[in-house]
Amino acid sequence: MSAMPDTYPDSSLSGATRAEYCVIACAEAWRGDGEVLASPMGPIPSIGARLARLTFSPDLLLTDGEALLVGPDGSTEGWLPYRQHLALVTGGRRHVMMGASQIDRFGNQNISCVGDWERPTRQLLGVRGGPVNTVNNPVSYWVPRHSTRVFVEKVDLIGGVGYDSAAAAGPTATRFHRIPRVVSNLGVFDFATDDHSMRLASLHPGVTVEEVVAATGFELAIPDDVPYTREPSPSELESIREVLDPRGLRHREVKG
Amino acid sequence: MGTGDKTMTADEAVSRLESGMTLGIGGWGSRRKPMALVRALLRSPVTDLTVVSYGGPDVGMLAAAGRIRKLVAPFATLDSIPLEPHFRAARESGSLELMEIDEAMFMWGLRAAANRLPFLPVRAGIGSDVMRVNPGLRTVTSPYEDESTGVCETFVAMPALRLDAALVHVNRADRAGNGQYLGPDPYFDDLFCEAARTAYVSCERIVDTAELTKTAPPQTLLIKRLHVSGVVEAPSGAHFTSCAPDHDRDEAFQRLYASMPWPEFAGRFLAGDEQAYRTAVETWHEEQS
Repeated sequence: MSAMPDTYPDSSLSGATRAEYCVIACAEAWRGDGEVLASPMGPIPSIGARLARLTFSPDLLLTDGEALLVGPDGSTEGWLPYRQHLALVTGGRRHVMMGASQIDRFGNQNISCVGDWERPTRQLLGVRGGPVNTVNNPVSYWVPRHSTRVFVEKVDLIGGVGYDSAAAAGPTATRFHRIPRVVSNLGVFDFATDDHSMRLASLHPGVTVEEVVAATGFELAIPDDVPYTREPSPSELESIREVLDPRGLRHREVKG
Repeated sequence: MGTGDKTMTADEAVSRLESGMTLGIGGWGSRRKPMALVRALLRSPVTDLTVVSYGGPDVGMLAAAGRIRKLVAPFATLDSIPLEPHFRAARESGSLELMEIDEAMFMWGLRAAANRLPFLPVRAGIGSDVMRVNPGLRTVTSPYEDESTGVCETFVAMPALRLDAALVHVNRADRAGNGQYLGPDPYFDDLFCEAARTAYVSCERIVDTAELTKTAPPQTLLIKRLHVSGVVEAPSGAHFTSCAPDHDRDEAFQRLYASMPWPEFAGRFLAGDEQAYRTAVETWHEEQS
């Protein structure tokens, strides 16, 4: 790795692709998390989590995608079969980034089915661990194709619990409930509003507010000044390109 | 060591099952599924099953063959192919009754059954539509005030998932039913056996009891013989799902399974016995190369 400075003099010169901004935005989800398990689902969140560990969140734990905890060099440092993983979820020392086939303005998430649950028009995976994850440890989301089909007014089935649903369900659901961020191919979103409705937190460079609004099926909270997702540093870019994803899986998930 | 020899064929194991039973199937997604036992089940007349599974192609095949009345599952997936096509088709045609619960709820249901408890409390499901689509789920309020909040919290009372029978596949077993896994994850196969009245364990290879710990540590001995009714030697018995370290998932064949119309697949690969299945798979692979 080169010894270039961490801040790049002119951001427009970084030459980062959209997929690389997405990696940075996902990585930032784990900033400040300390010694917890990062559970990324999907290629870009996985690259992001490993980037976070390699740089600003060195204490994170990561798995090999199966039952082993592995260090940055691939060496095994622990054993985490599904049964222990589920216990770790309820113990709270974990921050997962899940996918979402549908997500609404309060962060309710659906990967179960589209249409009426009794007889869905499209059966998807099932609720998986969404219900247990969301009321026990921080859950962020990753959406590689931001559209009005995904960002919907109301999800067809609540698997991952959103802020309004948690509040309605009471202290058992709200006690450990937190959705730090939603990252899409267009920008970063959070719930830092009075009513915990979704807010545009940053735009990936090259994306406009209008584009995000048109691709979102509900009313987003949009601050007067929306920042851009931060630039990757040269050393971060080098890590992504040379170390973490030399085969370019990120560009298969997000074009451009 | 045990003196009882519980070895039997897959067909003999399945002959002990009855229509209408609640059947737990081990493994996870498309990993270490007891597929030889599932194939034997497909050859039998057993139907009207309640299947309890972290679902993979076991669920897909039994659903496609119309053997499942009710499924208890948090998902069904082929892992490298995210959506299980036959599970999807069954759900979209409205032919599958489903108890859709979270992964952790599922585990606690098995634990409750294994511990002869009617339920176990779990912080999961609350606030989600798992409660809406399972109106039978009850909650339970803690009899203890939480020290930090002063609140008596309310949890989901996950009912015990009691099983009439469990089917699991492991790497090695002895004739008495001591089962050993050699891969990285036990999944929940021991729990399935403990939650069941009877359990049938298939394995890649039956070995002498002493051999089980010759090259592997004792903590790989996942399943105890007192939970096991039958042991089936079934080399590649998890095919086409993975059975690490003995064999990987047969990705090419899984793609075929996921794309071929079910009647055609069943006609070509499942019409005969297990040996015929293996021959048909080999022939198909030869045609591809």
